[in-house]
Amino acid sequence: MSVEAKQKAQWSARVRESAEKNLPPSQLLPDEQPVYVHSWIYVFGVLTIAAFGVVLVSGLWLSLKGPTWWHTSSIGLFVNSLHLWSAELFFFFMVIHLWGKFWMAAWRGNRSMTWVTGSVAFLASIGTAFTGYLSQQNFASQWIASEGKDGLNAAGIGAFFNVLNFGQMLMWHIVLMPLVVGALIVIHVLLVRKHGVVPPYPLEGQTEFDTGPETVVDVKPPSGGEGGAS
Amino acid sequence: MSATAATFAKAHKRDRRHVEAWTGGYRAYDLVKELVVAVAVVVVLTAILAALFSSPDDQPVTIARWARADAKDFTTAALSELNGTSEIAQYGPPYNSTAGAAQKIGPISLQTIPGVRIPIDTANDLVLTPLRSVAGDNPDLQTALSQYTSASPQQQAAWTDAYGKALDSATVSGGQLQVPPGDYGPVAVIMADELALARSGGLDGALLATKQFYQTDYTKPILFISAGSYFEDQASARNLLGEQWGMMNETGNWPGQPWLWLYTFWYQVPPFATSGNADALIWGIMIVLSVILILVPFIPGVRSIPKWIPIYKLVWRDYYKGLADRTG
Repeated sequence: MSVEAKQKAQWSARVRESAEKNLPPSQLLPDEQPVYVHSWIYVFGVLTIAAFGVVLVSGLWLSLKGPTWWHTSSIGLFVNSLHLWSAELFFFFMVIHLWGKFWMAAWRGNRSMTWVTGSVAFLASIGTAFTGYLSQQNFASQWIASEGKDGLNAAGIGAFFNVLNFGQMLMWHIVLMPLVVGALIVIHVLLVRKHGVVPPYPLEGQTEFDTGPETVVDVKPPSGGEGGAS
Repeated sequence: MSATAATFAKAHKRDRRHVEAWTGGYRAYDLVKELVVAVAVVVVLTAILAALFSSPDDQPVTIARWARADAKDFTTAALSELNGTSEIAQYGPPYNSTAGAAQKIGPISLQTIPGVRIPIDTANDLVLTPLRSVAGDNPDLQTALSQYTSASPQQQAAWTDAYGKALDSATVSGGQLQVPPGDYGPVAVIMADELALARSGGLDGALLATKQFYQTDYTKPILFISAGSYFEDQASARNLLGEQWGMMNETGNWPGQPWLWLYTFWYQVPPFATSGNADALIWGIMIVLSVILILVPFIPGVRSIPKWIPIYKLVWRDYYKGLADRTG
């Protein structure tokens, strides 16, 4: 086998070539978007990511002093409030983003996995928030645990995922679920970068894409992808 | 292939052709700037909301607080744990193997599949074992525990039944439960010491105790607390009961988990509102709906809803207007 063939057979080379092919830098971080990307609905994806960042940072801040800190410190209570309200905003933005993508049928054109990863991230986020409410160590935690156990037990899940076990719920909330949601968001965004923003539905009789000349800065054929916002 | 299916396939094929290769124009779009502005907006908005509204932190219910606030309710709950009539004593998996207690979806009981993985023997775990841990310097309690555990189940039931009936006319004086005299055997001593242990805070610790020093599992205390009406009364006052949309709410006026609205919705409507299998049925529904959500792109009909209800024309109105202007 030649040296060149050996290099091509390398796992490292294959991973690099695949990344270069599927997500070249200009596509990973484009500086332009198709002209139809022109609506307020497009900002809710990036707002969701921004809120997730604030949730993570406020959660990390809470973790510095442990789970009981915010009950006894005014600063801790404020940080907990940041965590609560950023989580509320995260869901608010995400639900609008989800509905927006549904009504745009954003799964069209080989974008099914973009939808799948986004909807799984939404469901995983619900689980993350649920374990957060269970980790508050206050009356709400007790009541949610007491009520929530019945559904989970009835589904056969409660035997393994015990909502009455504070230690288990805290670990799920601050380690496992953030990893899952974070990984899903990363994959989701990379898929958006790879496939680009879904174009509009064609109108009746329309056979080619067209665009308003007043907004065009460049007209070019796609080269390995279409770019796109999140 | 039916005519409807053929129409779907044709429409889907046309869509794929249109969206896979965008050949129209592009315009400048600064994603990094958009992200930075979004982060700044969210940080400011979060800080304002946190400063204005803070976050709720209602004190948890402890067994000590419960026993001090309502000795009669606590003793009634403790008695039901001792004689095996409490909800948890008859719950089924994962706590025990009570026959016929597990919920079902039709003939299928997902609840029974994992078996008893968090075993709870309410009489021993919540009453007798905690009392044994403090009986060392209490001969009366030692005798009562010995007499109770060595008695036949029929005798135990006779004592607890008699004590339960007497509880109806019991009074509370100075935090102590005054029960009319009767043939309760050792149960009166056991219940009095259980109440005393609870009021002292000792039962809160005893229910957490294991072989380890550090504890994080509150399964036993929460199950015990949930047996009393005191806990439910506290939740009712905070609009947290199931018929009040339950755990979707937060204490006080704070937003809770509104994203759980669909899950809690089913508990409000028949037949689930009154079904003994409500939890299993609703979880079944939610699992199916979640799978449908994930698989929307692959489900004929569902994936075409956005085309039939053209909200997309609002989203892309500028694009379509440009098209119309040039094509006349």
